[in-house]
Amino acid sequence: MNWEFVLHQATSGLANGAIYASVALALVMIYTATEHINFAQGEMAMFSCYIAWQLIDWGLPYWVAFFCTIAISFAGGVAIERVILKRFHNAPVLAVIIVFIGLLVIFNSIAGWIWSTVLKQFPSPFVDIFPTTKLVGPHQLGVVLTILIILTGLYLFFRFTPLGLAMRAAAQNPVSARLVGVRVNWMLALGWGLAAAVGAVAGMMVAPIVFLDPNLMAGILLYGFASALLGGISNPGGAVLGGFILGLLENGIIVVENLVGVTVFGNELKLTVALIVVIAVLIFKPSGLFGKVRVKRV
Amino acid sequence: MSALRLMGGLAAALVLAASPALAQKKYDPGASDTEIKIGHSIPYSGPASAYGTIGKAIASYFKKVNDEGGINGRKVNFISHDDGYSPPRTVEVVRQLVEQEQVLFVFNTLGTPTNTAIQKYLNAKKVPQLFVATGASKWGKPKEFPWTMGWQPDYATEGALYAKYILENIPDAKIGLLYQNDDFGKDYVEGVKRGLGEKNMSKLVASVSFEVTDPTIDSQIIQLKGAGANVFINTATPKAAAQAIRKAAEIDWKPTHFLTNVSSNIQTVLIPAGPENAKGIITADYRKDASDPQWANDKGVADWRAWMAKYNPDANVADQNYVYGYAVAQTLEGVLRAAGDNLTRANVMKEAASIKDLQLPMLLPGIKISTGPNDFYPIEAVQLAKFTGKTWELFGKVIESRPE
Repeated sequence: MNWEFVLHQATSGLANGAIYASVALALVMIYTATEHINFAQGEMAMFSCYIAWQLIDWGLPYWVAFFCTIAISFAGGVAIERVILKRFHNAPVLAVIIVFIGLLVIFNSIAGWIWSTVLKQFPSPFVDIFPTTKLVGPHQLGVVLTILIILTGLYLFFRFTPLGLAMRAAAQNPVSARLVGVRVNWMLALGWGLAAAVGAVAGMMVAPIVFLDPNLMAGILLYGFASALLGGISNPGGAVLGGFILGLLENGIIVVENLVGVTVFGNELKLTVALIVVIAVLIFKPSGLFGKVRVKRV
Repeated sequence: MSALRLMGGLAAALVLAASPALAQKKYDPGASDTEIKIGHSIPYSGPASAYGTIGKAIASYFKKVNDEGGINGRKVNFISHDDGYSPPRTVEVVRQLVEQEQVLFVFNTLGTPTNTAIQKYLNAKKVPQLFVATGASKWGKPKEFPWTMGWQPDYATEGALYAKYILENIPDAKIGLLYQNDDFGKDYVEGVKRGLGEKNMSKLVASVSFEVTDPTIDSQIIQLKGAGANVFINTATPKAAAQAIRKAAEIDWKPTHFLTNVSSNIQTVLIPAGPENAKGIITADYRKDASDPQWANDKGVADWRAWMAKYNPDANVADQNYVYGYAVAQTLEGVLRAAGDNLTRANVMKEAASIKDLQLPMLLPGIKISTGPNDFYPIEAVQLAKFTGKTWELFGKVIESRPE
């Protein structure tokens, strides 16, 4: 057995999983705050990433640009909710989805228009911090750590702060929340801001690996979405785990086929197989592996 | 009443007879004394919108031509529409161009599926589909499609060329091939296999595909290394190609690396991938890479830069599409100048099929454009080049890459 091959595939699966997990986190974020899946999440993250690139290009040190981008994205997220989505609070779900798709196209086109569609290199801050090993690059290690930090932060925020509690309440039961004095509209905007900020971090973690261009998130959003559903769209920890599982599953198919010596699925169908597994899981556990089962009164 | 009409008719006939020059000029829809209307479609939106800059480049090239007096005194009216890389929309857009806007011909429409969708229609209508922007090998069949002509060397031939070079120069080659899982990628697979021939097929030890939507192709590179390949034919599009170059270096895999000229740009692929990782890569190209320092003092590149500065001041000079658009528009300019005052569709097609040894400033020295009544492949030569870490060092002779 070729252990080097297996190990390389496993670590590359985990590294990809980290990418999916970071996007899944942003999706969970917006879902927790608004009970919607934002299809424009990926493009917003891509756009944030371009802002970071621009700041670095103007000569700002990486970490200054990093935190500036998070702040700008947060403000941008709040603004989008206040200016655009506020008008759709009572609109049917389909109308909201069309708005999301519209945002997706708008962000994609504007990014191409401002920064051109040419591939850009995005720096990784972890290259100088972690050692380079043959198996895992320093950036991959950094991504996993960053995700864990965000995850802990979000958990603490939602679980232990009054603001976090108010946000959850506003999403789950707006009427009662309003009755006890929660400013529901602002909670939604805050949720958008947080999701945009988490997305910005996700983008800045992904871009050094896959290079920056306006279609940065086009494929990744699909994986992020699958990860979030697999782990449970209402559970940040579950979504992250879902990402890692999906990454490992994908490469696992290749490894197994390689060990057995038969190619049934190959690279063409590995994603398909991984998604079939996700669907199978959802059939038996509709709220995901780690999602909370929600009961709604009719 | 009828007498009046007769008189009017006579007067018109007299005017016509009195101006012999007018009789020599021949026009089809879209051409006149003052204007040549050209139709074009390209994705300005959607996932393939990166190609949209070719449309912008062509438009600004003809703007320059018009500023300098036009072609034989006529202004070029270049009408370019967005088709989003979606064949049904291409059909709609091209119909509109032909039926409503009445263009003389359609030029450099982009994409293999999109051009396939309009090919039959344009040939039935006898409207030229000139210099299409795709490297598929099916655009040069004058017997079946006398109104369709390609421009760039085709992908399959490029793949075959690498295979032949490997057979001649690397005796113990074990080839690993990376390709995009669609028509574009499969053209290369076919070409590499054709170049190897039946008896050398065992040298192809692994051929792995990736999807355009795959976020990374790390797993594929590990598979190629795992298969024991010592030669790597990398036919991926720019983003995946850059990832492949970097990943190979990361896992310490050092094969002889061949890279498709679709992804050979220094500024947008090799530098993001890390120039030290890209050292030694071989490609076969027909264009000058404007970001390559070896052309710093080249007259052709200097003119191109001046045009970029004047007509595309906001554009990214590293975008190779501006080289492509410039060169293809120059090819058309030559055809239209040669057509003179005979601007019928048939004559435009005839002139396009009689280009002799045209040397364009942005193509590599020694690469000439030639066509004939039975040769609808304008560019049929490439030259090998090796990346030194800074520049593409050309080596060997200009190679004929005539499709078989």
